[in-house]
Amino acid sequence: MASGAWALARMRVAQMWASEPGPATAAYVLACVEKLRPHLSLVSCRLFVLRAFTLEPVVPLVRAAAAVAGIDLTVRLGEFNAYVQEIVSPDSALYAFRPDVAILAVQTRDVAPELAVRFGDLSTDEVNAVIERVSAEMTSLIRTFRGNSSASLVLHGLEVPAWPAAGLWDAQQPEGQREAIRRINRRIQEAARAVPGVYVLDYDELVARVGRTRWHDLRKWLTMRMPIAAPALGSLADEWLRFICPLAGRTCKVVVTDLDNTLWGGVVGEDGFQGIQLGPEYPGAIYQAVQRALLDIRQRGFLLAVCSKNNPPEAMEVLEKHPGMLLRPGDIAALRINWQDKVQNLREIAAELNLGLDAMAFLDDNPAERERVRLELPEVTVVELPADPMAFAAALRQHPALERLAVSAEDRERSRYYGEQRERTALQQSAGSVQEFLRSLDQRMVIAAVNPSTRARVAQLTQKTNQFNLTTRRYSEQEIADMAARSGYEVFSVQVADRFGDNGIVGVMITRREDGVGVIDTFLLSCRVIGRTVETAMLAFLLERARARGDHRLEGWFYPTKKNAPASEFYATHGFVLEETVEQGSRWSLAVATAGLRCPDWITLSINAEPNS
Amino acid sequence: MNPDLVDRVRRIAADVFKLSLAEVTLEASPETIADWDSVQHLNLVLALEQELGVEFSPEEIERMNSLGAILAVLEPKVRG
Repeated sequence: MASGAWALARMRVAQMWASEPGPATAAYVLACVEKLRPHLSLVSCRLFVLRAFTLEPVVPLVRAAAAVAGIDLTVRLGEFNAYVQEIVSPDSALYAFRPDVAILAVQTRDVAPELAVRFGDLSTDEVNAVIERVSAEMTSLIRTFRGNSSASLVLHGLEVPAWPAAGLWDAQQPEGQREAIRRINRRIQEAARAVPGVYVLDYDELVARVGRTRWHDLRKWLTMRMPIAAPALGSLADEWLRFICPLAGRTCKVVVTDLDNTLWGGVVGEDGFQGIQLGPEYPGAIYQAVQRALLDIRQRGFLLAVCSKNNPPEAMEVLEKHPGMLLRPGDIAALRINWQDKVQNLREIAAELNLGLDAMAFLDDNPAERERVRLELPEVTVVELPADPMAFAAALRQHPALERLAVSAEDRERSRYYGEQRERTALQQSAGSVQEFLRSLDQRMVIAAVNPSTRARVAQLTQKTNQFNLTTRRYSEQEIADMAARSGYEVFSVQVADRFGDNGIVGVMITRREDGVGVIDTFLLSCRVIGRTVETAMLAFLLERARARGDHRLEGWFYPTKKNAPASEFYATHGFVLEETVEQGSRWSLAVATAGLRCPDWITLSINAEPNS
Repeated sequence: MNPDLVDRVRRIAADVFKLSLAEVTLEASPETIADWDSVQHLNLVLALEQELGVEFSPEEIERMNSLGAILAVLEPKVRG
């Protein structure tokens, strides 16, 4: 197939899945994906499902949905009702499978049968005892799992009954059946929060969204141990995918949105400032809902950008002054309002924000523009929109590529950084020489041993940094914690501030000592601060550290990927000698005694290298 | 027996068990099809319900232990 043909095939498969998700389509999608595989850059992910009921029919659905989202998902189901043994026994099939993600799918009647089926017989003390027992069991399962595996764990929360034992009275008393189950859910959430990489899937909320009476199939439950009605299985697969996308690193970083008929109704070039539909009343309220969804997604740490075919003064007047606008220019990290081709504009926005095309989600009401982007830029995530704008906001809110399971302070502040970045670029253009520019930046850098408050961000950087990343090793929060605790290993976070603001933690270094050699396991820097000699200062720090410990050599690998070309010359330009080249990459080393690497004098460096200090 | 229905059921079963149409005869049962375990039985029931727009009771599901038996359960449901 020619390259255009496979992009077309890929697009048709995605559209087919969007229009008719179900078992028959799933089989077809998976067969197509096998054929297209060489042309798809799929991220692989291994999922183990610990379960207490029949879930086999969900497997092809979640695999097909994942494939369309760019994930090659390998799924293994645990034995029926064997989840406790599988978690507790270190040599169980669960751990032998080496999952990236495990899901614990249990129901109220599995873990708290008394509450589910004979609540009416229980005294308050007995109810409390059940809540204590179940919460303690779940907490212990979470901890045991974490002791045996560093995989991410997603727990199904418990569902409340459609018809509580006490009927209407259940909601009139402080200790009803549903309240008892919700108390367990709160305890499970607390337990999950206390262990890195453990997340709760709000199963009751999922069921409510689909409709409690439509969710269940009592016949299939009684005959085949499958409690979920066939049409609802797709919703469960979708909900799993919303966790798997962020856990597999398949999420976007920026939403690029159209303006006319997307952020407001009508066309500003034709209908004018006064004529467009935008405000708190119908029909303008439809578009305020879209803007509200985009602002909420921005709060999760995504950037917003605008790409619109319009006359810039007219569109900017709306963005700046229209009383119905919820989004303002300050919320937008990059703007392309012109008559140029959108494909070209998307490329430019990616370059301006220093992001790959695969970090972009594209929002446009026009199916032709969406199709063109799908064909020309298959890396871009195109948000499929229904014809009715009333449903746009919901399509954004349920999109798995716009999910985050943890939102760090850095995420929330990212849009601000990009605003500052625009000013830095302006300064760079005005400053005479590069050195003058670097000096004028007044960079202050803090290198610190990783600690519980920085662990999530450090893990996130290993997951998300693609460009300046020498080894591209992805680590979970738990793996970071394990390494930091291991003798001979050191994990450092690098924080950089400058006269425009604090960039937060933007770099990570992980080293281990092997026979007098300091081996660089991970060395990465966010693209926000590339090219400002921060990387030189980081390396100088590692050299000093090696020298102080009496190491005679500093050594590191460079593993080339599709994206890390910016780091390819790093070792060579810093005096490292090429030791060997193999298929996966090259090994470089630096003799500590003779190396003259120093922290650039325009960077003020403070070091806090001892753990727990 | 309604020949159209026989044909559709054989096709659905062939899809579920990933067999050729010729391999799925009216005598086909868990004894003759190695892959016909409880999970595949569920998949077959789900596929039949979806494709033919019917629903089976627990008693019927239990009785559906061969392709012929499945057709006997289905005939009155899809007549007319």
